[in-house]
Amino acid sequence: MEVLKIATAGSVDDGKSTLIGRLLYDTKSLTDDKLEAIERSSKQKGYDYLDFSLATDGLVAEREQGITIDVAHIYFSTATRSYIIADTPGHVEYTRNMVTGASTSQAAIILIDARHGVIEQTYRHFFINNLLRIKDVIVTINKMDLVDFSEERYNEIKADFQKLVEKSDYEDQHITFIPVSALKGDNVVKKSESMSWYKGETLLSHLEKLDTDDIYNNGKMRFPVQFVIRPKTEEFHDYRGYAGKVYGGDIRVGDEVVVLPSHVKTKIKEIYFNDIKYESASRRSSISVILENDVNVSRGDMIVKASELPKVEKQFTATISWMDSKDLVAGSKYVLQHGVHKVLAKVSAIHHKIETDFSGQKNNVSNLQMNDIASVSFQLNKPIFFDSFKENRSNGAFILIDPQTNNTAGAGFIE
Amino acid sequence: MTEKLHINALENEAIYIFREVAAQFEKPVLLFSGGKDSITLVRLAQKAFYPAKIPFPLMHIDTGHNFPETIEFRDRLVEELGVELIVRNVQDSIDQGKVKEESGRYSSRNMLQTTTLLDAIEEFKFDACIGGARRDEEKARAKERVFSVRDDFGQWDEKNQRPELFDMLNGNIDLGQNVRVFPISNWTELDVWTYIENEDLEIPSIYFAHKRDIFVRDGLIWSASEHVYKDEDEEVEERMVRFRTVGDMSCTAAVDSYAISISEVVAEIRDSSISERGARIDDKRSEAAMEKRKQQGYF
Repeated sequence: MEVLKIATAGSVDDGKSTLIGRLLYDTKSLTDDKLEAIERSSKQKGYDYLDFSLATDGLVAEREQGITIDVAHIYFSTATRSYIIADTPGHVEYTRNMVTGASTSQAAIILIDARHGVIEQTYRHFFINNLLRIKDVIVTINKMDLVDFSEERYNEIKADFQKLVEKSDYEDQHITFIPVSALKGDNVVKKSESMSWYKGETLLSHLEKLDTDDIYNNGKMRFPVQFVIRPKTEEFHDYRGYAGKVYGGDIRVGDEVVVLPSHVKTKIKEIYFNDIKYESASRRSSISVILENDVNVSRGDMIVKASELPKVEKQFTATISWMDSKDLVAGSKYVLQHGVHKVLAKVSAIHHKIETDFSGQKNNVSNLQMNDIASVSFQLNKPIFFDSFKENRSNGAFILIDPQTNNTAGAGFIE
Repeated sequence: MTEKLHINALENEAIYIFREVAAQFEKPVLLFSGGKDSITLVRLAQKAFYPAKIPFPLMHIDTGHNFPETIEFRDRLVEELGVELIVRNVQDSIDQGKVKEESGRYSSRNMLQTTTLLDAIEEFKFDACIGGARRDEEKARAKERVFSVRDDFGQWDEKNQRPELFDMLNGNIDLGQNVRVFPISNWTELDVWTYIENEDLEIPSIYFAHKRDIFVRDGLIWSASEHVYKDEDEEVEERMVRFRTVGDMSCTAAVDSYAISISEVVAEIRDSSISERGARIDDKRSEAAMEKRKQQGYF
């Protein structure tokens, strides 16, 4: 079955959890025992409606404070496909969590409270969706019941948001506006009876038509070697299979390929998935390949088509989303993980901070704090084999690991 | 030769995760309970490393209160695979005075497993434990990472988890730490069953409808067994039931069922209105039951 991953973004009290709960409820994805738990909890709190946010807010601290802390994954399916919603918070650690949630999603929902309209946080949500090159953005204008289902208010908010869209540099992005009331269920799964002026689709029927293609796995064929399989049994005495996932395009038996970093030329001799040989395999498949010649290949090396070489360099500039409580400063060293390839990296310069409000302001800073986004240059101890993020997302992104704490401290998008 | 490979996205994601474990860790282990999720894991691991054998052992933390059908099945599978099986017993932890057996109506050895597991991790110096937990099972698990770092005490710090971006998995850890790995994080219960059906995998017989002595308590169907506490006035009857999970006998409730084949089980799950953990007695203890167990090092 097809799977569509969706990131959600909203500010505190925009009703994000309620919207997700409503989606689950109206698609009959909540089981009896979960529904009972919601009814019990809502009653305990003295609500006269069902508090769907209880369906998604997982951790004790969240239930106590009534907020979503971390990225949570919610699953539901329709007859058409399976959905995974990455629910990310709209408060303190917003940027870090939103970038994380968006990095595995093909589409994003941005929530706006109809009473408050486009606010500063909306800018940030939209900015991050642009940075991550999310192709489908659905702007749901929620709590329409609290503005008397007013078409005028909807149009006002839509016009405000359009002003942001004009500042975006991502022309292929599809943006859809939907007026909803998550609490009452208008235009989420069922068409609203209170907003006959809205001729568009409901949120679910829009989602059902979206392309489930993995947007982070497009471009030229890249095959990073994860693991070398050497069974050393009698039957497979000389077997040497290079296991990995195919990114970008197809790989085919007979393809002329180059192994990086050695630049040795060879051909694809066999493609295996489990015990079956295939003529070709497409992106996202976890296969193993056998090469014509006996070349030395190890984890972190990359097999590419001879006519489609990536950049092979030891220095580059990237947009960094910083995620650690310890600041990033010029001169500091990190482990840089590019796909499955780990190298050492030194921060050679922090060029400027990038504001997430589309103001285009470039402020010079000496260090980056958690949730900052900035343009940063790196010097590596060994070359990596990359494409720019805008051309080839899977091969243009990396993470930075703090060598002292081993924490994932930031994410980078190569310019 | 087959023309073009058509892929199952979830299967390929899981194979990718298995390969990352083998490449990034020195001593991984696959935690094997004999349940459907761990059977699925074993199949995925086979595919990830073919034609080589699975490059790590399996480990079963045996509560001593397992369904005998599950244990028989476990031993047969391990022999077929030719991999090493490590078994560590909760009974030993009790005998050593490390944990105390619960008593009374809701007593279970489920919680006691944690100590035995942590001791085994230390004994073998495992740096990665692969498990079959899925995010759709329970709301605290929905926040779990694919590579989930545990400290020296096996504890999960849910507020301080590493962000996981794209498909990049950071397996760097400090000495003494270990990582819990969840290759089927993104699978639902139905995905697992459909996979078992498509791959024609063998599973323990208790997953299929069978006649069993049971009693009903709190609306749940309990297995009548020497390992399960029962009040005298709780009446035992014979019914057609099957299990949706195969945990400890004292914490796994059965459901009424006539499904005797995989396809009938899949059809039943598709229509089911009770979630899988709804039949887990251990989760009913409190709303935050799972989260508390996880913080203490439970799987």
